Amino acid sequence: MAALAEIPTPPVVAELERRFGPEIQYQYTVDGIPTLWVSRDQLVDVMRQLKPDYPMLFDISAIDERVREHREGQPSSDFTVFYHLISFERNEDLRIKVALAESDANIPSITSVWPAANWYEREAYDMFGVNFSDHPNLYRILTPPLWEGHPLTKDHPARATEMDPFRMNDEILDAQQEELRFVPEEWGMSKKAKHTDFMFLNLGPNHPSVHGVFRIALQLDGEVVVDAVPDIGYHHRGAEKMGERQSWHTYIPYTDRIDYLGGVMNNLPYVMAVEKMAGIEVPDRAKMIRIMMAEFFRISSHLLFFGTYAQDVGQMSPVFYMFVDRERLFTIIEAITGGRMHPMWFRIGGVMQDLPDGWDTMVRDFLDYLPARLDHYDKMTTTNSILKKRSIGVGQYSTAEAIEWGVTGPGLRATGCDWDLRKKRPYSGYDQLEFDIPTANNGDVYDRCLVRIEEIRQSLRIIRQCLDNMPSGPYKAFHPQTTPPLRERTMEDIETLIQHFLNVSWGPVIPPSECCTMIEATKGWNSYYLISDGGTMSYRTRIRTPSFPHLQMIPLISRGFFVADLIAILASIDFVMADVDR
Amino acid sequence: MDYGWIMIVPVLGGALAGAAMLIWWERRLLGFWQDRLGPNRVGPFGLLQIVADIVKLFTKDDWVPPFADRVVFILAPTAIMAGMLMAFAVVPFGPGLHVIDLNIGLLFFLAMISLAVYGVLLGGLSSNNKYSLLGGLRSAAQMVTYEVFMGLSIMGVVLLTGSFNMSEIVRAQEDVWFVVPQILGFFVFLLAGIAESHRLPFDLPEAEHELAGGFHTEYSGMKFGLIMVGEYLGVILVSAMITTLFFGGWLAPGFLPPISILGPELEGVFWFSLKTTFFVCFFVLLRAGIPRPRYDQLMSLGWKILLPITLINLLATGAIALFIAEGG
Repeated sequence: MAALAEIPTPPVVAELERRFGPEIQYQYTVDGIPTLWVSRDQLVDVMRQLKPDYPMLFDISAIDERVREHREGQPSSDFTVFYHLISFERNEDLRIKVALAESDANIPSITSVWPAANWYEREAYDMFGVNFSDHPNLYRILTPPLWEGHPLTKDHPARATEMDPFRMNDEILDAQQEELRFVPEEWGMSKKAKHTDFMFLNLGPNHPSVHGVFRIALQLDGEVVVDAVPDIGYHHRGAEKMGERQSWHTYIPYTDRIDYLGGVMNNLPYVMAVEKMAGIEVPDRAKMIRIMMAEFFRISSHLLFFGTYAQDVGQMSPVFYMFVDRERLFTIIEAITGGRMHPMWFRIGGVMQDLPDGWDTMVRDFLDYLPARLDHYDKMTTTNSILKKRSIGVGQYSTAEAIEWGVTGPGLRATGCDWDLRKKRPYSGYDQLEFDIPTANNGDVYDRCLVRIEEIRQSLRIIRQCLDNMPSGPYKAFHPQTTPPLRERTMEDIETLIQHFLNVSWGPVIPPSECCTMIEATKGWNSYYLISDGGTMSYRTRIRTPSFPHLQMIPLISRGFFVADLIAILASIDFVMADVDR
Repeated sequence: MDYGWIMIVPVLGGALAGAAMLIWWERRLLGFWQDRLGPNRVGPFGLLQIVADIVKLFTKDDWVPPFADRVVFILAPTAIMAGMLMAFAVVPFGPGLHVIDLNIGLLFFLAMISLAVYGVLLGGLSSNNKYSLLGGLRSAAQMVTYEVFMGLSIMGVVLLTGSFNMSEIVRAQEDVWFVVPQILGFFVFLLAGIAESHRLPFDLPEAEHELAGGFHTEYSGMKFGLIMVGEYLGVILVSAMITTLFFGGWLAPGFLPPISILGPELEGVFWFSLKTTFFVCFFVLLRAGIPRPRYDQLMSLGWKILLPITLINLLATGAIALFIAEGG
């Protein structure tokens, strides 16, 4: 603990202690985010005072601390609820923690301060059973309404084999069916207004334009959307729970499947967090390879967005052209990684293997090929007057609204805010590269599309720089926790061979620590908040995905528009349900 | 020469075979334009894909939803098919080559194509499904709007010919095709024709991305097959009508010598088919290229732009016709 004392406390801590009194307790985390313990009674007041400085509520979730061993210097707690806030002006984060006893797991809701807290608190309730008092609709959000227990508590089984076999009898079936009955009032919608009876339309969970299993209950007046209530959770696979059952190394493939269009981009925040906790310095070549592969997947994801967006406003052809381009892209990705959509290729301490011979020609060919295609798509799609009429002024929101609701990524930049983590908080060597941050002004469906198309061009620029300046050197760090260690070395000395044996059989042991890393993923800011209790597995894996808050905003931006506009709005958000439900 | 009732066999067979072929042709053509292959596995060039599709449609479970209005639900696809096929009766495929040479041929065509739209509307309403209902409502609105100036847009042609008879309309174009004096009428009729056959970009009653199939969401098996074939019949019919009304029907372009080996009738069929095929391909190209406007945008396009254009066109044509008649 001697090392800890040398690390100065961030200045903001002293400032907050002055404002809120000495009860506030500071906790050190390796990610450098000031973490403060606040008492439950103070919480709403603290949040209200913090909001002007930290306008974005980035994340809320909880930690089941009951079996955690290494909690030195932290107040006693059975369930800890944490809040992650972001200040744009100071470019700073703040983490607020509140300790709760198991016998009294109640905490005031902060929905009165941030309406965006609604879904996050529902999720924390669903997963941990923490009760948020004064919450407007504290129902389960990811698990089915009749689910027993709270999945992320340590006493909830993680695997089906730990439970009795599931049997569906008539009684359960009837209860489940009854639970599914649609009662508009329960969804906060009235059946009639003064002059009209509303129609309720169940859009999804299986509908061609909801991009996965996503359901929206629509209250319609003719074809005009009066209210839209999103219902998520159909794609929930318990990715965070799986993190507690997989070794640090074997969890990497699961991250690929969070934003399943993002491929290795998903590995990046996870391995970066583990590396920070283990103290691994990644070699330059590995960093550059990571950037290049991540940008390839950004292009791939944006191309798919572009195609499906055009398709959702009724243009049939673009998606086929873009799939042709993606196919070329996947050929390169396959040549480099061996996989296509889910290569699970990043490793703790580097990447799986070195770039193959001839990779540069393939990449160069693609860089020369795509820009002309993009110009062609501009002519075909973005300048089309019908498409413009369908999308300009539809689903508009301002920068202030975006920040209020936790919108990040292209959706934020379309409002004129140039916040891109690659520029503002460069990670993995992005500060070495030249690129622009495309923004637009209106924050409508059309602008969100334009921003993404320009991002494809910027990604091409980044990849060309990676291609021209790829450093030489190892593709993995020389560090005992690098998993698996460099192959050449395991063949030469017994130390590395033992290390290899331990790391792939038992798994690397990460020292007790907490770390949150965030990246600019394809759809917005993706962060992994990992807590190690000094074991071979994560104690708590919190995955904050961009699509989750984006969907929460749907009612706000779709009211008063037509059903057809709603489809365009959904397309412009660019979400995948795996990224929402995890 | 009038072949009369014998013509029913080739017209019926030709229209149905054409519609079936079109299913394959459209998919191949779209594939060609969209950087992909399209159906090319069954038979030469994938031609037998049609047979495979028909076998599939016939063997599918022909399900009538228990919540639907059974009689109307079954009647609706029949109405679509029947309306489209009946309209073919007045189309002149060559000199004297028509099932019936009605004096009110054009009105008959308008009446029959409206009947087909009823099928769409009733199919949507009888399915008792909210998506179908929205599709049905959209088709009703679209029908009311586009019927109006579909009728009005061809009145210029009628004024210039002085007859509703299709064969006479074609003969009146021997000097100059009506697309030249009636260019506005042609554009409006083209748009209305797309709307009538509810093809992209005017496929709002279907709108698979919004309404998941719209009026035919609940249809399966051969009933769905009828709706689909009806749609392709509509494409051929509208193309044939554009050819007849604005592009000289069976007439060869004036600067070309007659193809003597074919004889006047077969030559007429050749030119008629060639022109119709061109417009069919144009329909497919439209589908490949253009996004779908929103329902209210389609309505305002109809009422605010197309209707005034049609009326001005009609007024001007009438004035010119009157002037010529007075002067002549």
